Order: sequence, then C-alpha cells, then structure tokens
Amino acid sequence: MSEPNKVQAHWAETQRLTYIMIGIWAFFSFFIHMFATSLNGIKVLGFPLGFYMAAQGSLIVFVAQLFWFSKAQDNVDRKYGMAEDD
Amino acid sequence: MATEAKGGDFTSNLGRVYAVYTGGFLAFVIFIAILERVGVPNHILGYLFVAFTIGVYAAIGILSRTMQVDEYYVAGRKVPSFYNGMATAADWMSAASFIGMAGTLYLLGYDGLAFILGWSGGYVLVATLIAPYLRKFGCYTVPDFLAFRFGGNAARIAGIAVLMACSFTYVVAQLVGTGLIGARLLGMSFELAVFVGLVGILVCSMLGGMRAVTWTQVAQYIVLIIAYLVPVVILSAQKYGIPIPQLTYGTVLSEIQIKEAALGVAAAASHTTPFVRYDPLNFFALVLCLMVGTASLPHVLMRYFTTPSVREARQSVAWTLLFIFILYFTAPAYAAFAKLEVFENVIGKPLAQLPSWIYSYGKIGLIQICGVNAVDVASITAACGRIAGHTGILGLSNFAIQADAIVIATPEIAGLPYVVSGLVAAGGLAAALSTADGLLLAIANALSHDVYSRMINKNAPVARKLVIARVLLIIVAILAAWVASGRPADIVAMVAWAFSLAAAGLFPALVMGIWSKKTTSAAAVAGIWAGFLTTLVYLVVTRYFPGFGVNVMGMYSNVNPVTGAALVDIAKLKAEQPQIFQQTMVAINHPLASRVGYFNIANISAGLFGMPIGFLTMIIVSKFTTAPSTEMQSFIDDIRRPRGAPVMIEKAG
Repeated sequence: MSEPNKVQAHWAETQRLTYIMIGIWAFFSFFIHMFATSLNGIKVLGFPLGFYMAAQGSLIVFVAQLFWFSKAQDNVDRKYGMAEDD
Repeated sequence: MATEAKGGDFTSNLGRVYAVYTGGFLAFVIFIAILERVGVPNHILGYLFVAFTIGVYAAIGILSRTMQVDEYYVAGRKVPSFYNGMATAADWMSAASFIGMAGTLYLLGYDGLAFILGWSGGYVLVATLIAPYLRKFGCYTVPDFLAFRFGGNAARIAGIAVLMACSFTYVVAQLVGTGLIGARLLGMSFELAVFVGLVGILVCSMLGGMRAVTWTQVAQYIVLIIAYLVPVVILSAQKYGIPIPQLTYGTVLSEIQIKEAALGVAAAASHTTPFVRYDPLNFFALVLCLMVGTASLPHVLMRYFTTPSVREARQSVAWTLLFIFILYFTAPAYAAFAKLEVFENVIGKPLAQLPSWIYSYGKIGLIQICGVNAVDVASITAACGRIAGHTGILGLSNFAIQADAIVIATPEIAGLPYVVSGLVAAGGLAAALSTADGLLLAIANALSHDVYSRMINKNAPVARKLVIARVLLIIVAILAAWVASGRPADIVAMVAWAFSLAAAGLFPALVMGIWSKKTTSAAAVAGIWAGFLTTLVYLVVTRYFPGFGVNVMGMYSNVNPVTGAALVDIAKLKAEQPQIFQQTMVAINHPLASRVGYFNIANISAGLFGMPIGFLTMIIVSKFTTAPSTEMQSFIDDIRRPRGAPVMIEKAG
C-alpha cells in the first residue's frame, strides 16, 4: 500500500472503531436507562435491574470498553505502521 | 517514610515506593488506633491525621521541585499510564464525590444515579475523541491547542475565558469542602481549615508544578480510596458476613422496599423508582451535560499530556475510569446502608430511644428532627411536642438529614472507633486537595503559559517564566481561599454549572478541531463564544434574574416531574405579587429562582442549549469562510496518527 493510501485507510479504520465505541457508549448511557421502570421489575441478587444498570452495570461496560478500545486502536495503528515504537 | 525513597531512578521504582507508602500509611492508622485505646482524646487524633497526611504531601512536593519547563508543565511526559490513571482519578474525584455523592443518592434515590453515570461515562468520550490526539499534538495547555489549530490569540482568549469560568468556582468549592471537613470532623474553625487547605495545596504544587502534583495525587488517591472503602466494607461484613458492600446492598435495597411499604412510602417515591426527582428529559440532559463536560474540563485533559506516548495516554484513560469506578460503584452502597439504618432504627422509634449518632451529627447541624437541630432528647421532644397530634414516635416527615452526613456518619452508625472517622476525614481532605491542586495548576498555567509566555512576553527566559508561573499560582490560590472563607452559599450548585459551561464552550471546538479538517478559525472562535455565552446566560438568568427571564426573555415555569403541573403559576403570581418579578438579582430561596426556563430544562443542564449552538455555529460559519490551509490540514493528519514527532515542539526545555 502506498503511503497516502495507508494514511487514508488508517484514518478510515480509526473512525470506524470510534463510531462503534460511541455507539456502545450511547446505548449504555442513554438507551438502556430509558427502560429503567420496566427493568426494575426484574430482580438480581436483590437489585432491581434498572437501578443496577445505572449504579453498576453501565459503569462496568465503560471500564471494559476502554481497555478494549486502547488495545483495538493500538492494533489498528500497528497494522498500518502508524504506531509509536515500543 | 516512603517518600525518602524518591531518588534518581524514581520512575523505575514506582511500584516499590508506593507499596512502602501504602504500608506506612496503614501502619500509621494502626498507630492512631493504639493511641485511641490508651485514651488520647479524639481531637488530637484528628489533628495527627491532618498533620501526617499533609506532611507527606508536602515532602513529595518538595522532593519533586523542578526548574525545568517541561517538568513543571507536563511532568517531563514520563508518567506511566497506570500511575497517571491513579493521579487523574484523584484529580477528578473532589470533595463532592467523596462526601456528597453518597448523600445525593440517599436523598434522590435512582435519579441521583445521573451523577454516577455522567461522571463516569464521560471518559469514553475523553479516550475516543480527544485525549490521545491532544497528547500527540504535544501542547502544555488546552488553550495552546485551540490557538494553534484555530489561528492564534482570538481562539486562545476564548479558550482561556471558558477555562477560567469553569475552573475558578470549582477550586473555590474544594476549599469550601476542606473547610467543612475540618469543621465537622476535626472540630477546627471553618476559616482555619480553609487556611490549612490553602497551605496543603501550595506546598504540593508550587515548587514542582505538574511533576509534584502528579506524585502527590497518586499518594492522595491511595489515602482516599482506603478511607472510602473501610467503613462500608466493615458495615457490610457486620451485617451480612460478606465484606463486599457493592454486592450485599442488593439485599439492603430489597429490605428498604419492604420497610418503605410498611412505612407507607408511595411506590412512586421509592428509593429505586426512576424519574421521580428529574423527569426523563432532565435526567438524560443532565447525564449528557456531565459526560460531555467531563470530556472538556481542562484540568482533566491536561493530565493526559504527561504520559510518555499516545498509546499510554489511551491506556491511562482506561486506568483512570477503573480507579474512579472503585469509588463510584461503592457510593450507592453507602446510601442504601444508611437508608436502611434510618428506616430500621430511627423512623418509628420513640423519641427517647433514638441511636446516639443522631445527636453527634445533629449538634453540627446535619440532622434535623421536627424542624430543629437534633442536639439532645429534650430539645427534640419539645420541638415534636409543638406539632399538633404528635405521638412521641418519630415519623418519616419529622426527620431531615443533610447529604453531607451520610459518609461522615457511617463509621459511627457501624459502631466503629474514632480512628475510622479520622481516616474518613483524611480521605475527604485528600479528595478536596488533589482536585484543588489540579484545578489551580490549570488556572495558573493558563495565565503563565498562555497569557504571559505566549501573548505578553514571548521571549522571556525560562527562569523568568517559572517565577511568573509560581507567583500567579500563589495569587490565584489566595484569591480562591479568600472567596471560600466567605462561605458562598451557591458554590456547590455552581460546580455542576462548570460541566455545562465546559461542555458548551470547549467540547465543540476540541472535537471539530481534531475530527473536521474543514472547520475554520473564525468558525471556531464564533462557536466557542456562541455556545459558552448561550449557556452562561441561561444559567445566570434562570438562577439570578428570573424576573428578567419571564418579562423580557419570555421564559415560563418548569414542571413537576411526577404530576406534570407547573412549579410556579406565573399568571397568578403576577396578579398577586407583581413585586417578585423584579428584574434585579434574587437570592437562592426566591420563589422563581431556578424554577423558570425554556422547554422545562433545569439550569443544571444548560449545556443542552449551548452545545448544539456551538456545533451549528462552527458548521455554518465554516461554510462561509476560507477553508484551513493545506499546511494546517496536514498538521491535522499528523495529530491523527500516533507515530512521529509531536506537532508542537516547545522551544527551550
């Protein structure tokens, strides 16, 4: 792949990864909590599920997501030779 | 102590240094516990906690002193991602997170979770949209980036204006926080505690700038997280035999529901019922403003300038969120345990049989019974006796507890010795000081680097720059302490405003600057001011000038989230009390203050108006101005790939 093509392809893949991340973020920040009232009908270990998602569930997703993202973005950088030297 | 180990190859020994430090801190706590057993009075123990922890922070600050610009502004860019994550978590979690969050959850129930969600999810935006790119760019401050990308000082000044507006009230709030912790937990006078806080901040940050603040914040994170976990872990182990409160409070929530039913609390007002205090629109608007604000607050973003690489900047955001998560997923447990204690042992009991912690915190004004501070049995019996038909049994409506009391009172609720209360005080102090350090550095660096070195005297020698930076740091710190010592009543509410202001003022410019090559300088400057001023006007008018808002700007009443009825009947009030529609400034208890607006958006979520206006202004103005030069476009390409030298290289290191 020529250098300008590599730059373009790297950015295209970076953008795609970012959109996926923003999608997951939006789902667990807003979408799922719109159903908090119905989810509260389900009990897990005493927790009403709607409450649990806002108090812990979404946060766990965010933490896991960020470790995954930093790994995935690094892989994208390496694939196109755009990563920093180790 | 451990800090003596800070020698030449300090960064390669970090793990050992902080392990020894943590062990030393725990040994100190045990030492205090022994002193308590042999009868040393509580206030001496409290002072020992404060003196020891601030002494350690000061030692780190002095050992990390520096005369190098790179070290002063970005800690030499060699902070490993794990430790930067810890430092950022301490930088981020303020007195409000440590002392206030659990109380907010106690009072608001589900709807308080907007703060938990908003203050954690924002880091996804930090990691994916902004921080790695600013790290690659290689700036010292956030306004630096705006000035470079958007053609000079007009953008720099706009950035500085937003930074000042969001950071100064925030730092004042931290000093108010240290004053409250000192007064309530350690029996100091409020003013003395503010002064101790001021000293604690200056000894950390003045000599070593970012380098000293970084290593101090790591030490402060360790203190604050131990202090936060210990009381509630013990409480959980006592009650359920499992020392994991984050798990056991599910059972507590079930028990709360049973108690609520027995006490006749309507299902709609239950602890776990959503959208009772905020309607869904305001709940999600608040979550969005807090998240986007998180991603644009300069004192947080600048912490990611200190990592050795772009890769580590990204990892560091993940570590930050993990360290924040440990506290945030514990806060709802505090709220639940405290609520169950109140329902089991306080409400429905005869006045003479209330637990003694009620009076400990009633004396300092955190608990009211029948409308008076719960000082002793006689005073509350007298007060409840004045209520017609009161039977001498404490009812739900007779009991009021301040949000700040929950974390502070938990050690005593669990029947733990004073040493644990002292530990909590040290933790709250660490939370307030670490955040104040970061904020103060953000403000002083904007003044010294952006205003002085970049705009006033571009050729100042390095030594002169650093002297100016330190003088400005002291001036800003003293100014903040002076404002804090006046106990500004609104200050806590104003902290929440910082998020809306940053979200509307900085987020669009940062995101467009990185993600759009078409956004022009004129567009960015116009967008920053449009977003920032829209939000600022909405905040100030709805809170301080509601009369002006109704009469001139056509605002109307917000509505009750459950019933949908108007909070204030404007037409009726206008007929009966026209004088309250005065157009001068009003106090916080004014009947219209924070109750009017547009589209039922509460002023805490004012960024909801400013953000889209900022983005739209940038997109529209960009269409009518000359596109950025090809040189600038290739700079943007450079920012977008980690490999290669930073775009901006500081002269004179």
